[in-house]
Amino acid sequence: MNDAAVIAKDGEEHGARRLRFEIFRFNPCDPDSRPHYDTFELDDAPGMTLFIALNLIREQQDPGLQFDFVCRAGICGSCAMLINGRPTLACRTLTGTLPDTVRLSPLPVFELIGDLSVNTGKWMRQMSERLRTWVDVAEDVDLDSLETPMDPDAAQAIYELERCIECGCCVAGCGTAVMRESFVGAVGLNKMARFRLDPRDTREDADFFELIGTDEGIFGCMSLLGCDDVCPKDLPLQTQLAYLRRKMAKVTLTG
Amino acid sequence: MSAGRHSQAQLEPRNAPAVSYWPARLDLLQGASGLLLVLFMWAHMTFVSSILVSEEAMYRVSLMFEGYYVFGSSHPWLVSVVALAITALLMLHAVLAMRKFPQNARQYADFLAHRRRMHHTDTTLWWWQLVTGFLLFFMAPAHLYTMFSQADQIGPYASSWRVYSTQWPLYLVLLVVVEIHAALGLYRLIVKWGWLRSVSRKYLRMIIGGLAVYLVLHGVSTLLAYYKLGETLRDTPGLRYQPVEVHP
Ligand code: HEM
Ligand code: SF4
Ligand code: SF4
Ligand code: FES
Repeated sequence: MNDAAVIAKDGEEHGARRLRFEIFRFNPCDPDSRPHYDTFELDDAPGMTLFIALNLIREQQDPGLQFDFVCRAGICGSCAMLINGRPTLACRTLTGTLPDTVRLSPLPVFELIGDLSVNTGKWMRQMSERLRTWVDVAEDVDLDSLETPMDPDAAQAIYELERCIECGCCVAGCGTAVMRESFVGAVGLNKMARFRLDPRDTREDADFFELIGTDEGIFGCMSLLGCDDVCPKDLPLQTQLAYLRRKMAKVTLTG
Repeated sequence: MSAGRHSQAQLEPRNAPAVSYWPARLDLLQGASGLLLVLFMWAHMTFVSSILVSEEAMYRVSLMFEGYYVFGSSHPWLVSVVALAITALLMLHAVLAMRKFPQNARQYADFLAHRRRMHHTDTTLWWWQLVTGFLLFFMAPAHLYTMFSQADQIGPYASSWRVYSTQWPLYLVLLVVVEIHAALGLYRLIVKWGWLRSVSRKYLRMIIGGLAVYLVLHGVSTLLAYYKLGETLRDTPGLRYQPVEVHP
């Protein structure tokens, strides 16, 4: 018996609460498919996560249900979905914290693969290429020479922002991104803040301005701060966005 | 950037630099014009509510704005100039804020669906900022034009009569709408530019919300004072206040 089955059995024995899941169903590849919600019921069990619940539903009730998981530990960012309207990670959501009826929908903004599965990867890649979210160096690096050690404080500050798992919650939670397709979202802006801190990156503020000093970048952000409130990794998005806005505005005033 | 996203302006041959500072400038201007309007509204409330002190106090404030204490005589056109300047500021702010409005039915539908799904305070507050801003498009100019065109008829009795006889419904709604909009705008500016970082957003909302409630109450009592005074002038419309000390 696997973990999920043990937990499910445990639930039956303890007369647990009955959970109702309303799950979004749609297969864009099937011309006969129409978007709708299917209802599934399941006994709650102590310590059960939404990851386990969805697997139980797929195992026992509907083998065709589509959703994404890889790490089931909040690291890979695949399992983000709208849980009662709010974007968050399914693998880190305990069913015990949910009301009796739970509505699950795919993240908006991203391309729908089917049911709860969306293609965040495609969106993230386009954003990354647009913003050049890598350590950008003006000259060729001599790979044989010893790397300059990084100041531990700088490394720590970078690490704080590097924790982003590209789950897409901040994009799905952002009113601006939902309305305006080309907006780079807090994930993209946070990445710019991260590479701006990196001493190896040779870009100056004027270069960053070219990338994000636009209405698709920091000046498109309307500070609704959905991003900050839904980020499952608790990244300091509000602080970073305000900081970037000040820095980019300074480029305009001085440059 | 894909080819399709270049605007016509970008395709025109010219020697301008590739990078545009305009999105940044417009954002700064939007915030600055909003902030100036908020400061003006606070000053406005302070001066107008001089009626709560006494009729004489309000009379002297109106004389001040007519330049009496500088030139030794009254020049109501100074008030018209101020009304024009505020109208210009309002137009600047409105045209900049319009960039942020949803632009078509799909964007409205997307945003409203998002707002309904999320049950998220700051998202909902932004929607109310939009709605109140939209209302101000129409309501603020109505008041501003009155001040511009009747600048010589501002004083304890003249103003009271205007409030009582025609203006009070407009002023009552305008007061509430402008205070909500100003409070939301101030809050937005603080979180947007990262001021007062040590105060959590929740506290900030409570403080600014409290301030807005106070300002509305203060404004309503001021309005009531004018209304009541206006009521006593029912049989003598057009009566002007006679100052305690005789002015030339
Ligand atoms: C024609 C009237 C007005 C319209 C249409 C309007 C509209 C708007 C809108 C839609 C926003 C949100 C912009 C965004 O989210 O970035 C905004 C922001 C703001 N408004 Fe207004 N508004 C008007 C009048 C006023 C007045 C009279 C005041 C002052 C009492 C004011 C103060 C502010 C402030 C401080 C902000 C925040 C600025 C920012 O976020 O950069 N507005 N306005
Ligand atoms: S910033 Fe947070 S919400 Fe956004 S993609 Fe990264 S981890 Fe997810
Ligand atoms: S602050 Fe608001 S508009 Fe800006 S990225 Fe976050 S959710 Fe989007
Ligand atoms: S499965 Fe990897 S973050 Fe949820």
